[in-house]
Amino acid sequence: MAVTIAKERWSSKCLEVALGSGPKQIKVGGETTLPFLHFEGETPNAPVVALEIFDAQPQEWPDFLSSVYEGVLGDPAAWAKKCVEYGADLVALHLSRTHPDQGDASPEDAAAVAADVAAAIDVPLIVLGCGVDEKDAAVLPEVANALAGKNCLLGCASQENYKSIVAGCIAGGHAVIASSPLDINLAKQLNILITEMNLETDRIIIDPSIGGLGYGLEYAYSIIERMRTGALMGDKMLAMPVVLLVGQEAWKTKEAKTPDTPDWGEQRKRAILWEVATATSLIHAGGHIAVVRHPESLKHIKEHIAKMMKPQAY
Amino acid sequence: MALTGLEIYKLLPRTNCKECGQPTCLAFAMQLAAGKASLEKCPYVTEETKEALGAASAPPIALVKVGVGEGVLEVGNETVLFRHDKRFEHPTGIAIAVPDNLGPEELGARVEAINGLNFDRVGQMHSVDLVALENVSGDVAAFAKAAKLVGEKTSLALILISEDPKAMEEALKETAGAKPLLYAATSENYEKMAALAKQHDTALAVKGQNLDTLADLVAKVTAAGVKQLVLDTGAREANQVLGDQTQLRRQALKRFRPFGYPSITFAKSPDPVARVVEAGVHIAKYAGIVVLDTVDRAEILPLVTLRLNIYTDPQKPIAVEPKVYEIGAATGNSPLYVTTNFSLSYFCVAGDVEASRVPGYILTVDTDGTSVLTAWAAGKFTPEKIAAALSESGAADKVAHRKVIIPGGVAVLSGKLQELSGWEVLVGPRESAGIPAFLKQFWS
Ligand code: SF4
Repeated sequence: MAVTIAKERWSSKCLEVALGSGPKQIKVGGETTLPFLHFEGETPNAPVVALEIFDAQPQEWPDFLSSVYEGVLGDPAAWAKKCVEYGADLVALHLSRTHPDQGDASPEDAAAVAADVAAAIDVPLIVLGCGVDEKDAAVLPEVANALAGKNCLLGCASQENYKSIVAGCIAGGHAVIASSPLDINLAKQLNILITEMNLETDRIIIDPSIGGLGYGLEYAYSIIERMRTGALMGDKMLAMPVVLLVGQEAWKTKEAKTPDTPDWGEQRKRAILWEVATATSLIHAGGHIAVVRHPESLKHIKEHIAKMMKPQAY
Repeated sequence: MALTGLEIYKLLPRTNCKECGQPTCLAFAMQLAAGKASLEKCPYVTEETKEALGAASAPPIALVKVGVGEGVLEVGNETVLFRHDKRFEHPTGIAIAVPDNLGPEELGARVEAINGLNFDRVGQMHSVDLVALENVSGDVAAFAKAAKLVGEKTSLALILISEDPKAMEEALKETAGAKPLLYAATSENYEKMAALAKQHDTALAVKGQNLDTLADLVAKVTAAGVKQLVLDTGAREANQVLGDQTQLRRQALKRFRPFGYPSITFAKSPDPVARVVEAGVHIAKYAGIVVLDTVDRAEILPLVTLRLNIYTDPQKPIAVEPKVYEIGAATGNSPLYVTTNFSLSYFCVAGDVEASRVPGYILTVDTDGTSVLTAWAAGKFTPEKIAAALSESGAADKVAHRKVIIPGGVAVLSGKLQELSGWEVLVGPRESAGIPAFLKQFWS
């Protein structure tokens, strides 16, 4: 009995966003179907994986995470290079030192670090602020200026602080991460506000504020699925690619932090699995860029993506 | 196809007598269409209507039971492609493989390890569901002997994996009472396998080489009278499994009858991370049962957690009771935090208050189980509601001071709240992870 393959006729597609420049430029998005359903439509670009670095020595990292970056943890540029050696598609620089409680580094200071890192690598750079709206509003435009022309991805812009960040991105030729708290309508609204400032729609990446595995992952899973179906049905304000800030969520979980126990098994294996499983589940919901911390997570996620990019035999 | 509310309405008496508990026949029809009411509630439906509706309302995917007693596993009965469309009904059964060529001691130890794969999460136990005994020895007697031993050692449901009807027959002599799932009927053996499934009234897995051969085989097996089926498309590569599982679900929802059964998949990569990732994809993308070859607790924990997440009912926000919670040995001088009664918000704050090592109180405001920012945006987390919760919850009797800490994300509420409640409002961190640092700075 020949089974007729069931295909949805989607009317539209995800937006395609280009990041970085030169031979290592990366494109994400552009799909005309749900994740990895090659029998139904095109997936011109595979999801990509970034490794996350910090402008300050990380505190409280388990040994098996900090040891893979031994010798470079205090030097963001060297750390970024190490990430490229490990095979990162992009590097995400987290400006944690700009946080008012963690050094309150000045915008100029932060911009200088970002410029150093950008000069050290040829893959696209993501720069993440400290998460305090007012501070990011001051820091990121400065960073945008220092990185002008490098086509980086800067964020996160929220409902509260998007104006100055988006203005900085427009002036410096960067893409922006639009971040909203686990709510598809708020995400859409922020995208509208940003495009009203005349940033092109293909210069926006959505951060849906994911939860880690076991910590609200299902909310992000469904919001991302709804964004993808929305995009495929023609909603231009949900059609932007999605970034998954996995590392910060996965590594703060109890499951990643608890040492070896008879009940939960080996910590190293468990923590990496936590990071990998959070990323891959959300990639299967429709995520495009996963930001992770452990190079082994990077390797496993990329291997899985490579398998999934092979067409189905129908 | 399932009938729409309007189509069902046309089949009802349309007298609006209200006996079904709905104000009108139309309202009842809408409830039926949404699967929220059952037809028996209306005493006036005709036989023809029952038939028309019965056929249309039979679940697109059959409910299949494996095992008996407390170990019984139910899979199937799914109605949607996306969990946000309604919900996923029956969590994927996790099966752990056991080869039949182990010595009795090793075999016993393996089954013990599987029995122990239980994990406590927020007071609930989550476990694997099945033991899958594989006839890797190819030997009939060895398979039967191992089946007997496994059956004695576990109360979990069983899968008997052998394509040899003779081996299956012998193993069933030892385990038929446990109602195992027989895996599998193939184009070579289906007549005998179907006969065994009928004789012992067990569920039968049907294994094709692809979707076409699977549909053929299902037709033959159902013609032989077996009704409890589990489908295997034969795919083992991650990309093909995703495609096939998607096809099975889509076709079933379109009422293509041969695919109206739950599925079984295998994630048996020798690489631990790859098998967990792939089993995770199977759980999210429609597998009824997934078989893995590991008893490593570090591998199973993420999978039972993912299953819990994906199979949570998205229409039911998980809420905690709105009240004052005590974390640690809190006293009259302990800090008082306010958050919403969204369970995740509460658990995050509770975890970080614990981490701060300073005992405290958490007042959860009833926001219908929505998170802080969502509730705030929806007008459910307002100064008025927080002030009311402060006075009605008895918080004032627990603490001697009059200071309350609100989430940093809703700092804008502080002025109004202070005015309404008379409490001093401290703006806490945006993320609960910042609580320990916040306390050091602002609480003495
Ligand atoms: S009981 Fe039947 S006839 Fe009466 S209102 Fe309900 S659906 Fe209509």
